[in-house]
Order: sequence, then structure tokens, then C-alpha cells
Amino acid sequence: MSRMLKSALGWMDDRFPLSKVWNEHLAEYYAPKNFNWMYYFGSLAILVLVNQIITGIFLTINYKPDAKLAFDSVEYIMRDVEWGWLIRYMHSTGASAFFVVVYLHMFRGLVYGSFKKPRELVWTFGMIIYVALMAEAFMGYLLPWGQMSYWGAQVIVSLFGAIPYVGEDLALWLRGDYVISDATLNRFFAFHVIAIPLVLVILVFMHIVALHAVGSNNPEGIEIKKHKDDKGVPLDGIPFHPYYSVKDLVGVAVFMFIFALIIFYMPEMGGYFLEHANFVPADPLKTPEHIAPVWYFTPFYAILRAVPDKFLGVVAMAGAIFVLFLLPWLDRGVNKSIRYRGPVFKASIYAFCISFIGLGYFGMQPVTEVGTWFSRIFSLIYFAFFLLMPFYSNIGQDKYVPERVEEK
Amino acid sequence: MKKLSIVLLVLFSSQLLAAGGTNIELQSANINLENKASLQRGAKYFVNYCLSCHSAKQLRYSRTGKDLGISPELVELNLMFTGEKIFDGMTISMRPKDAEKWFGVNPPDLSLIARSRGADWLYTYLKSFYIDESRPFGVDNALFPKVGMPHVLSDLQGLQKAVYKDVELEDGTVKKVIARLEIAEPGRMNEKEFDKAMNDLVNFMVYMGEPAKLERQRLGWKVLMFILVMFGIFYFLKKEYWKDIH
Repeated sequence: MSRMLKSALGWMDDRFPLSKVWNEHLAEYYAPKNFNWMYYFGSLAILVLVNQIITGIFLTINYKPDAKLAFDSVEYIMRDVEWGWLIRYMHSTGASAFFVVVYLHMFRGLVYGSFKKPRELVWTFGMIIYVALMAEAFMGYLLPWGQMSYWGAQVIVSLFGAIPYVGEDLALWLRGDYVISDATLNRFFAFHVIAIPLVLVILVFMHIVALHAVGSNNPEGIEIKKHKDDKGVPLDGIPFHPYYSVKDLVGVAVFMFIFALIIFYMPEMGGYFLEHANFVPADPLKTPEHIAPVWYFTPFYAILRAVPDKFLGVVAMAGAIFVLFLLPWLDRGVNKSIRYRGPVFKASIYAFCISFIGLGYFGMQPVTEVGTWFSRIFSLIYFAFFLLMPFYSNIGQDKYVPERVEEK
Repeated sequence: MKKLSIVLLVLFSSQLLAAGGTNIELQSANINLENKASLQRGAKYFVNYCLSCHSAKQLRYSRTGKDLGISPELVELNLMFTGEKIFDGMTISMRPKDAEKWFGVNPPDLSLIARSRGADWLYTYLKSFYIDESRPFGVDNALFPKVGMPHVLSDLQGLQKAVYKDVELEDGTVKKVIARLEIAEPGRMNEKEFDKAMNDLVNFMVYMGEPAKLERQRLGWKVLMFILVMFGIFYFLKKEYWKDIH
């Protein structure tokens, strides 16, 4: 039996580099042996992506991208399609889970310096994935055609109208109509189910190829490739498969437990994953009292609202995302990991986290004077964190950085 | 961990803020989807008092019968009055144009109302009609001022009148607000009976918003137990493999 398998594999390898790919990316891809729990989120992001694609295919089978039918077709899935409610909740919860996982994944990269040389492109591809993911989520949110779908899209697309000269035409071109309408729903459906997912999958592939070319970083910020044995294997590296493949399974089980808990017992998550107003069919003549995007957009929405001028607000919001792309070139620190960075950098990370979460909170709330001032302060901290980084990032770093992963 | 607790704190505090709106406090409905008798009574109230003006088009009669333990014959006899087929959704024959002429607004479909408004809101709303001769139907609602809906449940509840109190605003002016509602003309039910009836009705409306809810909750813990066992297996598998690393 095993001889037959071997010859089948040989036949395959002569025609397709199966063993080569397997070895390069799994069995002989050496990852640092000191990954901690923060390293689960990369594989979890792939898991969620697969979840979204598979549940998405099943939803597409019964969903109708038509302004007259869309809302009812979602309810048809919830009520009449066998296991439809489960598939729909897996998809809607998956959207939020995707952002939870990706935000933690990015935070991991931020604190351990995983974006620093030679991993600038890993970060850049990751950032493009993040932007594509936001577009994917935004367009997907229109599809249930509820009140929040409709008015959220109306608000966001109208932001493009604030761009001088071309803005109004651009917004018109995006919507395919003067307001969000059936035409918009159809094109968002096309982008949501095929265009952006294709881009996402290709980008994830590039993200991983780039990572595997330079090798993984670790909580100590040690370059394991500096110390290799005579076979060229990093001394502090262990093969990804089986060590990290089995370790990631533990993370998968923990994630799935929380994921299932939400799906089965709180799929609306108190109105944060599925907003209450979205259970009312879209009505172009009736603006809801309070329009708020879903939680994962609210930090940027708060920045938008913190700026008094609409166009400058849009610039600030776009800038808040763009500045993340520059991170590898803004950070001048020599040491990678936060464990060996200076106190100013550590304090800045805390200030950044507080302001990001604070912005997320105020972005959900109706506009109040206090909220606006808090959003302004947090926005300033947000931008200062990045733009002042060239000046503070190398202050007071530890002199001693270990060369090798130390045994505890 | 610290970060997680901050996130949770933020989530819950904003939920408290979101409850605002009008000045009357929401009363909590006692929702229990396992209570089939309550759901059956709720269905009876719904088809008798709501379903002539409001539709619930997402809910099929057949599904209701199946989930609530009512046989198809009894469903046709007790819940269906206007010659629909049992597999139809709960639609109405009032035309939106006429409705707008009569009520000023087209009565919304109620299939998902419990999911957009919440059970407590519905429960409080149904109990908050009071006499106000200035309104077209002679009643207003304390929770939803200037609502177009008449008090269709007045034969059960009777009519309430509002008792006002003076509240001083920040700028020194005094404003009259509703302190409470009390029965002015009794109906067929006393207060306790009416509360119970409204609770049954809201219970049914919660069911209506998501008929699969009970099935979801019943399946949930089995899935969680399965994942827990999986976690155990993966955990020891990892330990076994990692023996030679540590």
C-alpha cells in the first residue's frame, strides 16, 4: 500500500512540485520555537476566511440580489432553508470574528516589530488585505437590505462626494444611481461575492509567500536564521508541521468554542454584530434616528466626525488607514520586540490602544459635545503615535537583546 | 486580559446608554419560548387583534402550527379566517394606500418587530395607551407619542388615563410629564390578566421574529460540548508532540 502511495507521489512530483511545496511551506518551514498565544491569529484568520467563503457560497444559493426581494430572501434563509439560520449566523458572526482576529493579528505585529526589516512587504500585503477586507465587509453589509444596510451605505458612499471637483461624479459612479438603489445592490453583490474575495485569496497567498521567504518573527524579536546548524536548519527553529500545525489546532478549538457560543446564544451580540435597525427593511424615505457603522469601522468613523469640515474629515479618515502602511518606515527603533524597547515606545503603545478603543466607542455613539472632544483628543493621539514615531521610537532601548531563544 | 475587560466594559456601558428615548421606563417582559401554552394564547391574541391591520408575512401558518404544537386542522379553524392556504405567510388584505389614508401611516409588517424593537419595548408599548381626545382615535401612547395606531386592545384592558407631574427643567421652566397611567374605564380583564395576556402576545412575537431560536439554543450546548472534547484531544496531542521541544 505504502509503496503504491510512494510511486503515486513520485508520479505526481515529476509533474507538479507537491513534495517541494509541502516541505518548503510546512514540513521544512522552520518557525521560531517561542511563539506565544498571540501567534494563533494568523492561522485563525485563514480559518475565518474559509468559513466566510463556504458559508457565503451556501448563502448565495438562496439569496436574491434585488432590492424588492433581498430582505425577504434573507428571512427565507433564516426560516425556510434547511440549516439556513446556522449558515447565516456563521457568516454574520464570521464577519465580526474576522475583524477581531485581524485586529489582534495586526496588534501582535505592532508590538513584536514583525513589520520591521526584512518583513516590510509582509506588513504591506497584510495592510492591503485589511483594506480589501473593509471593502468586502462594507459591501456585504448592504446585501441584507435592512435600514442600517441602506443608510450606512448611503452615508459612506456620500463621503466620496466630499472630494472636490470629481466627488459627486465619483459617488454617482460608485452607486450607479443618485441614491443607493437596486443598481447599487447588484454591483455590491458582484464585488462582495467574486471580485474582492478573489483579490483577498491572492493577497493572502502573497502574504504567506512573503512571510515564508523571510521567515517568521517571534516575541523576542530574534532572527533565528542567524544561527543555523551545519544542515542549514535554524537552531531555534522547529518545523511548522507537525509542531505548529498541532499547536494551532488548540487555538482553533478555543476560537471555535467562543465562535459557537456567539452563534448559538447571542448571534446579535447585543446589536453590535447584527444591528437592531437592520431587522427593518430598507426604506429610502425614512432616515433612522441614529446611523452607526458596524463596530469594526467605528474608530475611523469617529475620526471622520471629529473633524469639523467634511472633506478634511474624509482626508483624516483615509489618512488614518494610510498611515498604517508607513509603519515599517516610521519606526526607527533598532530592537524589534516591545520587550526590549524603551519606556517611551511602551507608553505610546498603551496610549495608542486606549485611543483606538476610545475612538471605536465614540464612533458608535450619537454625536455629543463631550464625545466629539474625546474623539478629537484620541484622533490626535492616534496620528501622533505614528507621525512622531521617527523621533521617539529609538529612545531608551535595551542595550542587551538576546541572540538566541533562551530556555525557560 | 486587561484589554479584554476594557473592551467588555465599553460594550456594556454603551448598551445602557442606548436604552434612552422617551421618559417612561421599559417594563420587562417574561419571555419563555418553552412555554407552548403561552405561545398558543399569544398566537390567538395576535391573529385576533393584530393581524387585521399588520401582516407577519415571513411567518407561515403551517410553521406556527408545527412549532406551537397545534394540528393543521386546528390551525385552520382557530388561526386562519380569510381563506389562505396553510403554507401561506400571515398576510393581510388591507391595501397600503388605504391604510395610509386611514391611519396616516402604513402599519408595518410585524414579522421581525421583536428583533428590531425588543420584547420589553413591545410589552411596554402595548400597555401604554391612554385617553387623549386631541388624537384622531382618542388615544395616544406614552412610549410612542403621536402614534397612528388606535387602542385595539381597549375591550380587554379598558381605557387608561394619564396622571401628570410637574418636572422642572434645567432652564427653570416647568414641564408636565406623565407620571403613571391608571385605568379610567375597566375592560374585560383586570390589570393582572391583561399583563399576562400581553406577556403571552409578546412571547409569541419573539417566537415570530426567529422561529428557529429554540432549536438554536437546544443545539448550541451539544456543539459546545463537542468542541470541548475536541479541545481536550488537541491539547494532549500538542503536549505529546511538543515533548521533544521543551
